[in-house]
Formats: sequence, C-alpha cells, structure tokens
Amino acid sequence: MPHRVDRPVIAELRERIAHLESGAGRAREILPFGVPEIDRRLPGGGLALGALHEVAGGANGAVDGAAAALFAAGIAARTKGKVLWIVTRSDLFAPALAQAGLAPDHVFHAEVCDEKSVLACFEEGLRHGGLGAVVAETAHLSMTASRRLQLAAEGAGTIGLAIRRWRRQSEAGDFGQPTASATRWRVSALPSDPLPVPGLGRARWLVELIRARAGESADFEVEACDAKGRIAVPSEVAYRSPQKEVGRRIAFL
Amino acid sequence: MAVAKAQALVPGLVVLDADPAADREGLDKLSLWALQRISPVVAADPPDGLMIDTTGADHLHGGEAAMLETMVEKFAQSGVDARAAVADTWGAAHAAARYMRLRTVIVPAGESKAVLLPLPLAALRLEVETVAALHTLGFETIRDLIDQPRPPLTLRFGPEIERRIDQALGVIGEPVDPIRSPELVEVRRVFGEPIGAAETIARYTAKLVEALCKELEQRGAGARRLDLLFHRVDNTMQFVRVGMARPVRDPRRLTRLLCDKIETVDPGFGIEIMVLVAIETEPLREQQAISSLIEAPEADVSDLIDVLANRIGENRICRFVPAQSDVPERSVARVSALSPETGATWDGEWPRPPRLLTRPEPIETMALLPDHPPAWFTWRGVRRRVRRADGPERIRGEWWKRDAELTTVRDYFRVEDETGERYWLFRSGDGEHAESGSHRWFLHGIFG
Repeated sequence: MPHRVDRPVIAELRERIAHLESGAGRAREILPFGVPEIDRRLPGGGLALGALHEVAGGANGAVDGAAAALFAAGIAARTKGKVLWIVTRSDLFAPALAQAGLAPDHVFHAEVCDEKSVLACFEEGLRHGGLGAVVAETAHLSMTASRRLQLAAEGAGTIGLAIRRWRRQSEAGDFGQPTASATRWRVSALPSDPLPVPGLGRARWLVELIRARAGESADFEVEACDAKGRIAVPSEVAYRSPQKEVGRRIAFL
Repeated sequence: MAVAKAQALVPGLVVLDADPAADREGLDKLSLWALQRISPVVAADPPDGLMIDTTGADHLHGGEAAMLETMVEKFAQSGVDARAAVADTWGAAHAAARYMRLRTVIVPAGESKAVLLPLPLAALRLEVETVAALHTLGFETIRDLIDQPRPPLTLRFGPEIERRIDQALGVIGEPVDPIRSPELVEVRRVFGEPIGAAETIARYTAKLVEALCKELEQRGAGARRLDLLFHRVDNTMQFVRVGMARPVRDPRRLTRLLCDKIETVDPGFGIEIMVLVAIETEPLREQQAISSLIEAPEADVSDLIDVLANRIGENRICRFVPAQSDVPERSVARVSALSPETGATWDGEWPRPPRLLTRPEPIETMALLPDHPPAWFTWRGVRRRVRRADGPERIRGEWWKRDAELTTVRDYFRVEDETGERYWLFRSGDGEHAESGSHRWFLHGIFG
C-alpha cells in the first residue's frame, strides 16, 4: 500500500479495520488506474473490485453523461470477463465503447423501461459473480438501494459502476444525497491542449473524486480513455512532438 | 348459391369439396404453432379461429398492438389472410375479429360492451337458425337484444342466448380446453387440497421441475421454453412461461426462473392442478469440458442472461455488433445476447461519440463553404463558439438501399466548444452541389 504510514501501530490498526470490513477475511481485490497520481489517493491503491462506484457528469454531462459513460467504459474494459450495461434511454453508441476498449463481443446491453428494473437487473448482474463489471445508467439511487448493490458486489467480487444521469440539469443536485457506494466520481470536460496543426487532440477531463470510503477526495486533470480504456495524466512538457496520427487526418479550421 | 351460378359469375373459378376434417387438422397445427410462439393457453376455435389467452404474454412480444401485427404478418407470409382482435373475453374477441372488418382490433379493458353493441347478432356465436328467427322478430344488432327481458327469450330459444351474452360480457366464465400435443414433455401434479401460498407453489414447482428434468434426460433434450400452468378451483387457468437462450436441463436453474415469476400468479381460491410442460426442446448431450491449464475459464453467464431475459423481455437484452455500413445509425446491429462471438469490431480510426441522438437535431450555424467547420452553432437554445474542430469526414448515401440516397452526402465534423465539450455535427450536403443535400446543419452526437 503506497500510503505514507510512519507508525507501525497505525498500520496494524488499519489492517485490522480492513480485516473487519471485508468480512470473511478475503483479501480485497483492487483495479488500479495505472496512474500513480490517482492510485496513490485511493485506499488500497486503486478501485476496489467488489464494490459499487458512482460516476456522474459535470455541467451538461449530468444530462448527457457522455464523459461519465466513457470513464466507466474504460474501467469496465480493464476488468476480466464480460460486461453488462443497463440503460433506460437508447442513445448509447456501441462503436464508442469499442474505441474505449470494450469489444462488442464482451458487452451485453439491457434496455429496460423504468428505474426500478434498472436496479433489479443491476443487483442480479452483481450477484451472479461471473461478470467482470456491471454498468447501469440510473438517475436516482437511494441509500437502501445502494446498500443492497454494495452488498451484492461485495459478495460476488464484481465491480458495479452506476452512471448517474438525470433528465434535467436541475435534478443533478440529487448527487449530493448520501449513498453506500465506495467511491464517487464526477467527470467533466476541459478544453483540450491546442495541437500544432488544426485539429482535435485527445480529450481532457477534470475527474473529481468527490467521496472515497476510507480515503480523501481529490481532483485530477486527466486525458480521456485510450483504446485500452486507460486514462493518463497529461505531461507538463510545453512543446512536445505532435501525435503520430495527426499527419493522417485532414483538418481545417 | 349454386356452383353453376358462381361459375357463371366468376370465370375460371376453382371448385373444391369442403373437407372439415382436414380443416380441423390444419387448425390444430396452427394452434400448436401459436402455442410454441405466443402463449401457453391456445385452443382451436372451429371452424375458422384460434383462441389465445395472452394474459401476461403480450409484453414479451412488445405490447398488444405489436403482438397482433406480428401474428397477422406471420400468417400473411404463409398465405393465410387472418384478422386478430384482443378483448377481455373470448366472446368479445371472437366478435371483434370477425365482424369489425379490421386487420387488428384492440378492445380496451372494460369496454367490451360498448364495442359489442353495434355488431350483428351472428357475432354472438349463436346457431344459424336462432339468428334467423331473431331476425324475423326484428332484432338486428346486439344492442337490440342485450337489454331485452331474458325469460321470454329463454322460453322461446332455450338458455343459449343468455349464456352467450353473459360469456361475451364476462359475467360468466368460459372454460378453455387448451391444445396439447403428445410429443411435448409434460408432468403434472394434482392436489387433494387446493394450495395457495407462494412458498407451497415454489416447493411443488421444484418437484415438478425435477421430474421434468429426468424425463428430458431420458430423451437427451434440454428445454428452450417452459410453461407452468395452474388450474384453479374456479375453473380458470393461470400460467407462467419462461424462455431459455440455450437448451437447459439443470433443475436448479429452471426452478429459479420459474420461481421468479410466481408473484405474477393469482391463486384465487386455490390451485388444484399444476402442469409443467416443455413447449420447446432441443437436443442436449453431455459434453466433456475442455480445460485449459494456463488461464481460468471464462465464467458462464447464460443463466444470468436467462434470468434477465425473462424479467425484462427477450428482445431487450442483446449485444451490439458491427453492421456493414458507414452511416452511423446503420452501423450497429442487434443480435441476441448469446449468439456466437465473431471477434468483429468497428474499424476506422475516426472517433465515435458515446451518445448518438436517435434523430439528428437541426442546429443554427455559421460556416464557410464548402468544407469548413462552423464558427459557432446554436443547439437547444444555447449558442456555443467553436474553438477547435476536426473534419470533414464525408459519408455518402447508400444508393443500393434507396434511390434518394444516390447523390446524398453528409460531412461530419468533431467540434470542441469553449468549455471543452465536444459535439459531432454534420452538414447534409457537400457544400457545393445542391443535389447532395439540403446544406442544413445537424447535431448527431455528443463526445465525452
């Protein structure tokens, strides 16, 4: 654990608490982002696998949830096994998921008509245990519902990703309500770095870790998922060499 | 009408002898078809009809309207010109299908009476002589008859008229004798005392499933579709139907699927007979599991898919696979969740947005022609300045699909506004030739 623990007493206490929390004494599995700046801030050095995590979009993203969906797709793409993606609105475009590393053979899409069925299918998917990740787009997530989902995820060791997405901007205040999820993220778009040629570079996000159980909140500025679902921290070099793909694109501005 | 007269009226008329036995046989075949595809309770309604109890089965076919459309369409494909109606009772549906002269009729719940009133008396399934005699008395439609005092009618024509009216209105029940085929694997259990508690039903369901699985094992088959029928003491039936994506013979899995649906069963005053039928079976042989020593085998999720499919409907759980098309909305095809994996993915380096609007929304823009991205655009009342853009990616119409697409062109641009949000815009048309499109701008997707 890359925590700065100076005193062995504290370390021992932490271990005991972790042992109590994980119940059966099973070591909790972790899915690191592969970005030391982020992993260092998360308890255990990454996202806990058998847990529920919430992702929401900031600003307009609260309604369209585009960046949040890609962020979740990136996490799901790095897990082992198939992924179940549950939606109520049918505007998800599968080629974009494939570009974030989720191959079409590995994703089951479930389209349900109401929020209640979303939660029921979400729990069913988590409880099964054979899936790598379960992603659900939902607007409301009560304490009771999230607790059930969290327990289901803990029991089976599947990661649950709830994309919070509301019908109207005004409903996004719902994200302040407490839930039982292990971490809570908000992903919003940032202006990307200008390229030396006309065109668009890699998208850039402001990823806010709003809440982390047994951890502290933090903000990160990251570059969006690549074809394997990995995010990256932008390098600080002012004039780096242009990206390789740039030359192949026709761009006008 | 005499045959000679008919032949005189229509030249080249083909005359065949009526063959009621063959008709009945054909009708039975049709009912078996409907039994396997639509609903567990199907009865032949001779001489020319099918009765299907669709309670609780319509949502699996996308709603009542879609279900009727599909049925009539399927019949039309096999050369049968059919009409279909859904109503509260057998009598009302029978009348609506035959006398409303529409391809499909949906009688809303509780409105059977209003629909029946203007229909002719023959719609009540009465004997031809009775209808003729009523006509002589001046009764033309059901409206004329329905409020007449019953005793004189019964005295003159017997109890049939009263019974048929009450059956059509749902005042008295009408027992259904559903069709069964000897090839179907069926197990049943008759109870001495009617049962009603959910736990009891679940327990006996498990016992029935076990017996059925033994039977299936002897035949080397697995079930693709199961029906659990409950005969209630008041002579009505309730049913539960579950479908499996692959043939299954595992009692635990089948019990789980059936027990998930018990809450939809209304036991009423009690259930006296439970029947479990494997409506569709497929060969299922024991297979040796191939184990690879290097990596852990991928978990089998077909049971989860079955559970979800039976909960939300079979067509609502799927996989999206690439389709051979460059037009974004046509580049994705739905396949069933457990269809074989092909490893195919979308090729092309151009980024695609995670959100694609079902219908491109028109936007106001200002852009240089022919091939510059817009300098700004207004979408849903918000004006955004374009900071950076990439494009155009030209997508041509698919002339082999529609003549109108022979010359059409879409030029797609990725644009980023001042806050960093990225959108997928396109101009319908190439910016030079009027025949290539309307040259209006649309927003088609949102990038993350």
